[in-house]
Amino acid sequence: MLNTLLKSRESLLAAAIIVLIAAVATRFPGFAAPSSLAQAFNDTSILIILALAQMTVILTRSIDLSTASNLCFTGMAVAMLNKAHPELPIVVIIVVSLLWGLALGAFNGLMVWKVGIPPIVVTLGTLTIYRGLTFVLSGGAWVNADKMSPAFIEFQRQSLLGIPVLSWIALLVIAAFWLFLRNTKTGRDIYAVGVNPTAAVYTGIDVGRTKFIAFCISGLVSGLAGYLWISRYVIASVEVANGYELNVIAACVIGGISIAGGVGSVAGAMMGALFLGLIGLALPVINVSPFWQLAISGAAILVAIILNARGEKTKGRLILKRATAA
Amino acid sequence: MSSETIQHRHLPDRLDKPLSAALRSWETLLAVVAVAIFIFNSFASPHFLNAWTLSDMTFNFTEKAIIALPMALLIIAGEIDLSVAAILALSSTLMGFAMQFGLGTPALVCVGIIVGLICGAFNGALVTGLGLPSIVVTIGTMSLFRGLAFIILGDQVYKNYPDGFEYFGQGYVAWVISFELVLFLAFAALFGFLLHFTTFGRRLYFIGRNPVSAQFSGVNVKRMKFILFCLTGVMSGVASVLLTSRLGSTRPSIAQGFELEAITMVVLGGVAITGGAGSILGVVLAALIMGLVTFGFGLLNVPGIVMSIFVGMLLIAVIALPILWKRFVWVLKK
Repeated sequence: MLNTLLKSRESLLAAAIIVLIAAVATRFPGFAAPSSLAQAFNDTSILIILALAQMTVILTRSIDLSTASNLCFTGMAVAMLNKAHPELPIVVIIVVSLLWGLALGAFNGLMVWKVGIPPIVVTLGTLTIYRGLTFVLSGGAWVNADKMSPAFIEFQRQSLLGIPVLSWIALLVIAAFWLFLRNTKTGRDIYAVGVNPTAAVYTGIDVGRTKFIAFCISGLVSGLAGYLWISRYVIASVEVANGYELNVIAACVIGGISIAGGVGSVAGAMMGALFLGLIGLALPVINVSPFWQLAISGAAILVAIILNARGEKTKGRLILKRATAA
Repeated sequence: MSSETIQHRHLPDRLDKPLSAALRSWETLLAVVAVAIFIFNSFASPHFLNAWTLSDMTFNFTEKAIIALPMALLIIAGEIDLSVAAILALSSTLMGFAMQFGLGTPALVCVGIIVGLICGAFNGALVTGLGLPSIVVTIGTMSLFRGLAFIILGDQVYKNYPDGFEYFGQGYVAWVISFELVLFLAFAALFGFLLHFTTFGRRLYFIGRNPVSAQFSGVNVKRMKFILFCLTGVMSGVASVLLTSRLGSTRPSIAQGFELEAITMVVLGGVAITGGAGSILGVVLAALIMGLVTFGFGLLNVPGIVMSIFVGMLLIAVIALPILWKRFVWVLKK
């Protein structure tokens, strides 16, 4: 029963995405062409992987406000590394970005796990700290396209079986999260901690450690997103992705991930991000001023929360009905 | 023990706090930190100890602190409002919009405050009426309100506000005492009274500690939360009047990031982010500390962004240190 309800939430979102694409296609048929949709997926890739990481944290009843700052800091670090040592292979850049992001995420996680500070306070602090450190690291200077090596920039644009590497990375991350949250013990622990922390403790799950792992994953993915972002927009500065953490959380909320923890799916987070991304791409196509984008995504978030809350209420009623019937 | 003695036993409204407890309180710690930064600043720069310099310093925090006051009440009651900066932006934009129709200064102020009230009521209705979590609702309305400001104004700018409008953000009541500072102190006294000396205030702690038992004790939790959201909206409108008047212009990107700074002030001021604890004095001191830090570093030509590292670390440290200290004392006792 619960499963079908969850499925219906995601199918509702899928329907909304199809309606959106169809509506734009009536004005501009090329928008629904497979190549155009593949392009849209590629453009939304970074938001998708960040939403998946954020979802993992939100599932454990936490929140990570520092993702965009982590992205900015890590992006600057690898851009400067590339500038100083253009000969380093791309694998090294990726490994460095993963580890750098992981370290920043682990700091958040340790503060939550070992010190016991509420996640929103920790990440509100590191939100400003990590962006500030970007300034300290770079001295306020930018790293421009001409300072980056061609391999650094071109890696994600290479085509593999007709699909850009960036899309492949997103697909890989989606698959990894799906397997991790579905098939591993830690993945199931993450849901258990969010649904009922007290029960989780009695089942022998270390709640603090599970939250720590969620923050590490969030940091790891934000670090990777840092490299992808910088090489996509070919500029590294302190202003990179300023305020983007709220877009990521918005994608999660639209994707039906409950801020109270324990409820959410990989498909939901992915479609939430796609929905936000498609709105941004559709507006210029149908000649709506880009200034409308923010208000429309705000309205979309509110509609999504209201619909999701209605879904949860019906769920409660059904349980009661069954209880009285029994 | 007979029942008579119980009847005659005097039960105080609140427990007397011994001096030692007051000295160990959060507010004392904040006051010490504030004084320390003040002394450090006066040694670090010869220009610091000057009445006009200190007066300029207050502009660094007054507008944000005016939003932090109702935010403290909201957080004590277990809710949060991330849309305050967006309300400020929309309110400022609509004031500029109204100005085009030749409205005078008093009417513009009314527009600013009423827009704030409507936005706050909208948040409150969604949270209390539909029972939605405030953090996600206000992430949504944050985009919606600022988005509306962008739709109205785009990449344009409103300026040339009418005569007299500049007084709110640039005027002085007497000598170096600015209107903004006086207004902030008056509001701080008002909110302090509301939180610490009225039934309304006591009930906020109750709601923050345990909303269900507050409900069953006859507290109208939904109505009180609705009032708090309206209050936060109104105060964002007031801050909008002040900031618009001080800058003399409006862009849709006005006050970007104010919400996180206001929340930082509240948390730094000792208000529990989980609700149920905190004081207005703490928030006022935290606002002063942030103003002092920002301005002191500014005098030393430290860029604003480096300062933000310090504020971020301060935020984590003030929460972490007491916890670690308690654990340390506990280990020692063992």
